[in-house]
Amino acid sequence: MPTTAPAFSDATASDSALRRFLFGLPGVDAVGLEARAASLGTRSIKTTAKAYAIDLAISMIDLTTLEGADTPGKVRALAAKAVNPDPTDRTTPRTAAVCVYPDMAATAAAALAGSGVKVASVATAFPAGRAALDVKLADVRDAVAAGADEIDMVIDRGAFLSGRFLKVYEEILAVKAECGAARLKVIFETGELSTYDNIRRASWIGMLAGADFIKTSTGKVATNATPANTLLMLEAVRDFRAQTGVQIGVKPAGGIRTTKDAVKFLVLVNETAGEDWLDPHWFRFGASSLLNDLLMQRQKLSTGRYSGPDYVTVD
Amino acid sequence: MASAFEYAPAPESRSVVDIAPSYGLFIDGEFTEAAEGKVFKTVSPSSEEVLSEVARAGAADVDRAVKAARKAFEKWSALPGSERAKYLFRIARIIQERSRELAVLETLDNGKPIKETRDADLPLVAAHFFYYAGWADKLDHAGYGANPRPLGVAGQVIPWNFPLLMLAWKIAPALATGNTVVLKPAETTPLSALFFADICRQAGLPKGVVNILTGYGDAGEALVSHPDVDKVAFTGSTAVGKAIARSVAGTDKKVTLELGGKGANIVFDDAPIDQAVEGIVTGIFFNQGQVCCAGSRLLVQESVQDEVLDALKRRLSTLRLGDPLDKNTDIGAINSSEQLARITSLVETGEAEGAERWSAPCELPSSGYWFAPTLFTNVTQAHTVARDEIFGPVLSVLSFRTPDEAVAKANNSQYGLSAGIWTEKGSRILAVANKLRAGVVWANTFNKFDPTSPFGGYKESGYGREGGRHGLEAYLDV
Repeated sequence: MPTTAPAFSDATASDSALRRFLFGLPGVDAVGLEARAASLGTRSIKTTAKAYAIDLAISMIDLTTLEGADTPGKVRALAAKAVNPDPTDRTTPRTAAVCVYPDMAATAAAALAGSGVKVASVATAFPAGRAALDVKLADVRDAVAAGADEIDMVIDRGAFLSGRFLKVYEEILAVKAECGAARLKVIFETGELSTYDNIRRASWIGMLAGADFIKTSTGKVATNATPANTLLMLEAVRDFRAQTGVQIGVKPAGGIRTTKDAVKFLVLVNETAGEDWLDPHWFRFGASSLLNDLLMQRQKLSTGRYSGPDYVTVD
Repeated sequence: MASAFEYAPAPESRSVVDIAPSYGLFIDGEFTEAAEGKVFKTVSPSSEEVLSEVARAGAADVDRAVKAARKAFEKWSALPGSERAKYLFRIARIIQERSRELAVLETLDNGKPIKETRDADLPLVAAHFFYYAGWADKLDHAGYGANPRPLGVAGQVIPWNFPLLMLAWKIAPALATGNTVVLKPAETTPLSALFFADICRQAGLPKGVVNILTGYGDAGEALVSHPDVDKVAFTGSTAVGKAIARSVAGTDKKVTLELGGKGANIVFDDAPIDQAVEGIVTGIFFNQGQVCCAGSRLLVQESVQDEVLDALKRRLSTLRLGDPLDKNTDIGAINSSEQLARITSLVETGEAEGAERWSAPCELPSSGYWFAPTLFTNVTQAHTVARDEIFGPVLSVLSFRTPDEAVAKANNSQYGLSAGIWTEKGSRILAVANKLRAGVVWANTFNKFDPTSPFGGYKESGYGREGGRHGLEAYLDV
């Protein structure tokens, strides 16, 4: 049974203690946060640095399909792409994981067996999370049993926004207990939490509850990962490690489509959390169309010309 | 600092700017040699490379320039405001069109990073001309009654820290109100003013409305004490400002002085800490701290002092110092060897007086003038580094216990130019801001500039306001 980091055991002793702790965190000045994110976005990443960043970004992708129309065939195609992203260049790194709904986890696991690419499954009544705890836990058990290496859960935003922080915390604890060896990513749906103060508080709830990753969003709402909310979460994991020694990963998801965007996020990682997080074990991109743009840019770097969308695979 | 993610060099191209081997003075619409034929060299502070040789103005040149400005004044001041506005709008647009070239030029001559000239200096320069262009035909509505009159010839002396921006702050309101100008840029950064002279020609500005005299302090002295100058505007050191005030005493010259500062950046324990750290960095390391309104004194509440200092040191360790033309450079070169010597000497004094020095671990280039971002802890009000303006990348950290103590310490300075307040509590911002004797008070930000906002100081930081509607008054006979 995972427990709260000892340094903060008092913080989660009761609903009021947790509220006091969360409201004692430093506030976030929205203008300043966005200005800092924008300023890091002006870094100019060229030549060797760009080549490094592109390969790193590819290796950090959770290649994702979360559609009602998903089929075993679609999932197998995605798995093949994750293992071998660019059929014309075998030096291209693999993606970190393939991310699917729980009923597709077994298909993904079979297709990825032995490849080193992880199976990530969303769970807990993703994306809304509006189901009874029993149902959410069953969803997690199902995904783990089907071979998921990683579980992407959603928090109860309703509970969070109505101030029931301990409920959010305890639900994460319960999900973590069902994960076994699987790593747990906790999705806050930052677009629904709305304020940066809320995102900082949610990050701390997730970290206190034993999340292996904190993740911005489901990709199913209007505002998903942004440089500013990801910067804020990187500050949270940086501070958490400084205080507890425990390192936690970060996963921005949704809306990151271009190499330029991905490189900006890697700059945020590099200059906020630091190079310890420049590793697929600690940073991920939840994305689908991003991969092809990275591949086109990679081909451009190696050949000196743009190849075009017909030279990368459509899945 | 070897990192896995090593940013490859990303230099901005120098080819966008064509620097001539020599330049003359710009008088009455023409480039001309100095009467005495003297010249001086301007070097790039990041490499000590000689960029160009420019004419060195003397008293005779000042006289010629003032006469040209006087002659031009009659027609220029008689133009309808809407006509003067057209010239200013045209200048603003040309600045925007040539902003890449001017940014590279300014970075070469001044040593500041291209990131700053590109994203701060040049956009502000253009904005300033656009803003005052808008006022030119609306002076009747500026609050000084109908048809306020210009003063005449303005003698303007500007510093080297924001060469083109300070030129814009001086020239835009002067021209909008119908004055003509003779401007002397600093001897270490003459080039952007000379390029501006070219822009005036490109804009078809009538001859003599703007005159640029490159030179040293003697030329500045001759300019401000010239009997036919009606208005003196100076930005620079407090020592020179005092000398100017003495020289114009007893004359009918109107004077504005924008002098030194020792800005207090006050961080309360309920501040947004991560953003406050960014604000501290912007406050004192923007333009290598060579900013009159720099937040050079950090006043941090004792209960968060350790947390803030740890975060600040961590952040300073990520600053990238080096080639100012590299787009990823955060900290450029110090403007001159004289300034570097002054910073070095004040830092030595700080150490000798027992303050504890910490400098960011960065490698300094072998040529050029460089100083690593530095902070002093264990500083009290009695330390020289807490009182004297260093004008370099050096932060003095002091602590306080209560808001009253913060206000008392912030105001306990011979200067009164800028201050910053960091707190999430709105009522505290208002209460503290009202008690601070500083011309500019920033809340939860620092070193933010806008042409609509007046700027100026209390006490030894000078008098008069530049920018905004207030900035018109300095150039009107009201």
